[in-house]
Amino acid sequence: MTTARKLTRRQVLKGTAAVGALGMLGGLGWLGKAWGAQDKVKMGFIFVGPRDDYGYNQAHYEGKSAVAKLDWVKAVDEEKVPETIEVQKTMESMIKLDGVQVLFPTSFGYFDPHILKVAPQFPNVLFLHCGGLYQEGKHPKNAGSYFGYIDEPEYVAGIVAGGMTKSGKLGFVAAKPIPQVLRNINSYTLGARSIRPNCTTNVIFTGDWSLPVREAEATNSLVDQGIDVITCHVDSPKVVMTMCEKRGIYCTGYHVNQSKLAPRGYLTGAEWNWAKVYMDYADMIRKGTEVPHLIRGGLKEGIVKVSDYNPVVTESVRKQADAAKAKFMSGAMVVYKGPIKDNTGNVVIPAGEEYIQTDIRLESMGWLVEGVIGSTKS
Amino acid sequence: MEVGWWGVLIAMLGGAIRIGTPFLFVSLGECLTEKSGRINLGLEGTLVMGAMTGYAISLHSGSPWLGVLCAGLAGTLLGALHSWLCSFQRVNDIAVGIAMMLFGTGLAFFLGKPYIQPSAPRLPSIDLGGWSNVPQLQAALQINALFLLGIVVAITLRWILKNTSWGLKVRVVGESADAARALGLPVDRIRILSTAQGGFLAGIGGSYLSLYYPFNWSEGLSSGQGLMAVALVIFARWQPVACLWVSLLWGGAAALGPSLQSVGITYGYYIFNAIPYIMTLAVMIVTCSPRRNLVGAPHELTVTR
Amino acid sequence: MDVPKNLHKALESFLIIFGSLLVSMVLFGGFVAVAGANPFEVYHTMYRAAFGSSFSWQNSLIRAAPLMLTALCTALPGYLGLIIIGGEGAVVIGGLSAALAALVMPNAPPLVVLTAMALVGMVAGGIWLAIGGALRHYRAVNETISSLLLNYIAIAVLNHLVTSTFRDPESLNHPSTRHIGEANMIGLIPGTDLHWGLAFGVVACVLAWFLMHRTVFGFASQIAGGNVRAAQVAGLPVGRLILIVCFVAGAAGGLAGMVEVAAIHGRANDTLNANYGYAGILVAFVARNNPLAIIPVAVLLGGIRASGGLLQRVHDLPDATVLVMQGIMFLVILFSETLYGRFSKFQKQGAA
Repeated sequence: MTTARKLTRRQVLKGTAAVGALGMLGGLGWLGKAWGAQDKVKMGFIFVGPRDDYGYNQAHYEGKSAVAKLDWVKAVDEEKVPETIEVQKTMESMIKLDGVQVLFPTSFGYFDPHILKVAPQFPNVLFLHCGGLYQEGKHPKNAGSYFGYIDEPEYVAGIVAGGMTKSGKLGFVAAKPIPQVLRNINSYTLGARSIRPNCTTNVIFTGDWSLPVREAEATNSLVDQGIDVITCHVDSPKVVMTMCEKRGIYCTGYHVNQSKLAPRGYLTGAEWNWAKVYMDYADMIRKGTEVPHLIRGGLKEGIVKVSDYNPVVTESVRKQADAAKAKFMSGAMVVYKGPIKDNTGNVVIPAGEEYIQTDIRLESMGWLVEGVIGSTKS
Repeated sequence: MEVGWWGVLIAMLGGAIRIGTPFLFVSLGECLTEKSGRINLGLEGTLVMGAMTGYAISLHSGSPWLGVLCAGLAGTLLGALHSWLCSFQRVNDIAVGIAMMLFGTGLAFFLGKPYIQPSAPRLPSIDLGGWSNVPQLQAALQINALFLLGIVVAITLRWILKNTSWGLKVRVVGESADAARALGLPVDRIRILSTAQGGFLAGIGGSYLSLYYPFNWSEGLSSGQGLMAVALVIFARWQPVACLWVSLLWGGAAALGPSLQSVGITYGYYIFNAIPYIMTLAVMIVTCSPRRNLVGAPHELTVTR
Repeated sequence: MDVPKNLHKALESFLIIFGSLLVSMVLFGGFVAVAGANPFEVYHTMYRAAFGSSFSWQNSLIRAAPLMLTALCTALPGYLGLIIIGGEGAVVIGGLSAALAALVMPNAPPLVVLTAMALVGMVAGGIWLAIGGALRHYRAVNETISSLLLNYIAIAVLNHLVTSTFRDPESLNHPSTRHIGEANMIGLIPGTDLHWGLAFGVVACVLAWFLMHRTVFGFASQIAGGNVRAAQVAGLPVGRLILIVCFVAGAAGGLAGMVEVAAIHGRANDTLNANYGYAGILVAFVARNNPLAIIPVAVLLGGIRASGGLLQRVHDLPDATVLVMQGIMFLVILFSETLYGRFSKFQKQGAA
């Protein structure tokens, strides 16, 4: 699949020249140098969609805004950059024209081939990709990736959903059957079934990350089937949340807090807390500490969080959800503990085995857990 | 209440109305425009502009109906611009339509930036399904007054075109510009007016999307609906009431994909979701013929010559 | 002064287009002024982003490369009086087919693989667009609408195949076909940051110009485009002309898709649907369907699109600003069609 890009002499010279031409602070040796009072860390953020989509991109934008408030940081951003050669040019432009020293391309599709192509040309710029799977030795040294285990708050949201559903049927409007999405669906269902063992989750795949009419139709079809709690994994959950509120059912949110959109029905939600990640990175760069290539974390590390509960959530459900949260915080919780069967009857995790959150096998998940009605095939 | 497979039919019924309403308005608008001999492909841009305007005005004024009205007015302006540009010699109306599509969409996205986040007041719904005790049927029949308005407009438009002198003038201009000029009719002005009126309807169709279903203003709102409406008009043989049935058919087809998934049919959902497009193409292939002009086609229409 | 008629016409074309672009810039400047930005600063930023440095030039050129090919999808059928907007479908189908072609010959040398990819991509794209042409000729189905519908159908087919039948099991989080192999990727033009796809675009446009302006085939097509009845009376095989021209146009689009796969991604996936087809329509219209004019117009449009990013970062203008610019430009150029022949200065005295 991906291959090591050879760093040609020409590229090294070019990279060095670019860096030198910009007169980057203190020359080439800034990595590992302590910052002076006037030095600003220059960060560049790239979003694949609009920054105010009430969803994925907004979560990153809120993180960027938080870190931009620090007076020793200067942050620029660009939105709606497609996953084509355009993002390569955007990255180069931010480096050359804005003097950015660390780039955060926040969409999955930016990694291969784009970051892999541009990073070797600018060895003194850090390319920190959201969601990518950085592999030591395979990928450029100045690249790295970060992501959060959002399936942990999804598990907690699943508990709340499972506890509050009357019909025992939950719904999930998803974009595409890729591992990150499947993991959310599965964690949600496992959480729900931990409080209500026989509940089911109907999944509808819309086919793409942002299709408002189809998402609305999917939500309506799910409600027609008697489902009374719905969540989603699409770029902008706004449509699904407002449709649930209109049909008078419960919903749980994703990416950011959508409770304003569904004050009656928004039970809780799984949110990102990118501000923490970005501030940590900024701090590391300022102090000159080595930036790790891979940053992952869940509820315990504060990278993700659970929305506040809606007042209607009953006391017993809250207790169970809080207990799960506490277990995550202590590091004792294992969501994927065998035996686990998928929804076609196969055993995917045998009895006695535990896949902890960092287990690499979870990142290539291709199955839906028992209790999910739907298929990963298109 | 479990409805299983009936759910698919109910969803198609609900979808026919829910998704079909904006198509109804846009196709009625295009129908009027094309009757006068002008084709307006820019309705995609008008639709998006109407959606944004409606949402913005509803947010600022607190009244979604005022938003609908203003959306219509925005559409009128765009339609008038389109037709004015086309009234010059040698300016190609299909090309202008594509340009207006780009311009209208770009303008709407540009001006609409501040309106993506906030929630505007929404258009109310009317419960037509109160007689049923099946909640899904109730929900499917929960419609918006705009749908009823659309039906009224369709019937009225048919009456106007058939029975009034204005309608006659529009038709003459659409059948033969030379004959119209011989009669002393101001061809360009009539075309500009009917395109503007068509734009008004299309703008209202757009406001339905943002103020009712899916009740959201964002940059992915439309997926070619304005352009599909042009195909729908041909399908409907330029008959306003036929536009109504065709829009409902289209809406039902668009609801098919998601509702099949909700009962477990998951294979090929990309293809299912493309059914409206495949259907339109198939219908056009079957009903068009090179040997005779399309029955009902206004003679002046470039698209059929 | 006995200036040849061709020069008159060319001069008229040039001045009207240049004037239109100037008017567009002014209107756009007014627009951004109302939006709160300083028009002159905006112009400066756009220039800087598009043509102000070697980096900017390369940025604009690399965006122009696919547009040169997809513009032909609209420009060539335009000679026949057809308005086809199916470039997007040709790119998608061509790219997918090219990627699949590479996968059936895993051990062949790169040159063979690339040639096969190009041929397969071109044939696939050509067939896709020819469908629209055939429907128009044999069933009188409006080609604008049918080509648009075929775009949506092509995208659905791409998504379906890429996520099911031809999915690379390792491309987990971004369903794609298998990689065609690093050795098979198109490389960069030496000394630049541009891939050879740009050369394909330029060559294709030049060849297209030759085809339409210097061959009997091209001449026949222009006649058929001007007046179908006269062409048929003269015995020209109009149907065959339509099919061939649409096929060639679609082949250009298919080639653009192949370049996307072979020069950038190495696989086919949903990013093939990148709106190059739709941008190509604009280029074709501004260039008045002339393949040679497509080359500079594509570069201009590439420059405008390249400036979007910097407009966002420097002036805080939304990304849609560039869309508005393109819309204004398009409208003004179309309006200017009516100006041809109105200026007596450009009309040659005496009978033509």
